[in-house]
Amino acid sequence: MNGVEQGFAAKPMGADARAKIETWLWIAQRASAALLALCVLVHLATIIYAVRHGLSGAAILGRTRGNDAWLAFYSLYVFAIAVHAPIGLRTLCQEWLGWRDASLNWVIGAIALALFIFGLRAGWAVFAS
Amino acid sequence: MSMKNDYRARNHPAWWAFLVHRLSGLALSFFLPFHFLALGQALQGEARLNTLLRWTEQPLVKFSETMLVLLLAAHLTGGLRLLALEFLPWRGWQKSLLALAAGAALAAGLAFALVL
Repeated sequence: MNGVEQGFAAKPMGADARAKIETWLWIAQRASAALLALCVLVHLATIIYAVRHGLSGAAILGRTRGNDAWLAFYSLYVFAIAVHAPIGLRTLCQEWLGWRDASLNWVIGAIALALFIFGLRAGWAVFAS
Repeated sequence: MSMKNDYRARNHPAWWAFLVHRLSGLALSFFLPFHFLALGQALQGEARLNTLLRWTEQPLVKFSETMLVLLLAAHLTGGLRLLALEFLPWRGWQKSLLALAAGAALAAGLAFALVL
């Protein structure tokens, strides 16, 4: 929990609030990881299924279009990605780039939102009827 | 700490596992926007998706896809190892977990590469 310690050292004001945010981000990272473990296993299986059963546009969309259960699954997958990836990038920016001020949180928040929106759009494009 | 000590402190399996996990996560994060935008092409019809799929048939793109599957599998297995270390009781089988993670990732990458 480097971020918590750095938060205290860099800015004593509001240190409790910062520590709480770091704790919640840590929990969100682990919870999304647990969900992603299942989603990625299913995704790897579908990738291998897809390359064995045809990768033309018609073959892919013929299998996917109008499949609400898969649309729901991939929407959940996208949600977990939009939580997990930005938190990981945030840690990386802090530890490797030394970027620790508030601007990082805005950029990471924007990345999370963009991943969520474009991920849902991709799922809709492939699975909606 | 001297450079030599610094290097020696890092040259062990757990540090390499950390580096693979971080770099694979970074690579996957860069890939995601392109993946989402590419799939979004289907909104403009099957022909548009086919144009993109033809582009992916180039050998270098195929190779990159295999590497991405390998990285995804490596990030998955490395992440499972981390979750096991953090949430399960310590049993001293850390190195076995490392080997298991690396082996499972390689198996997934090979499974993808061989059915292409």
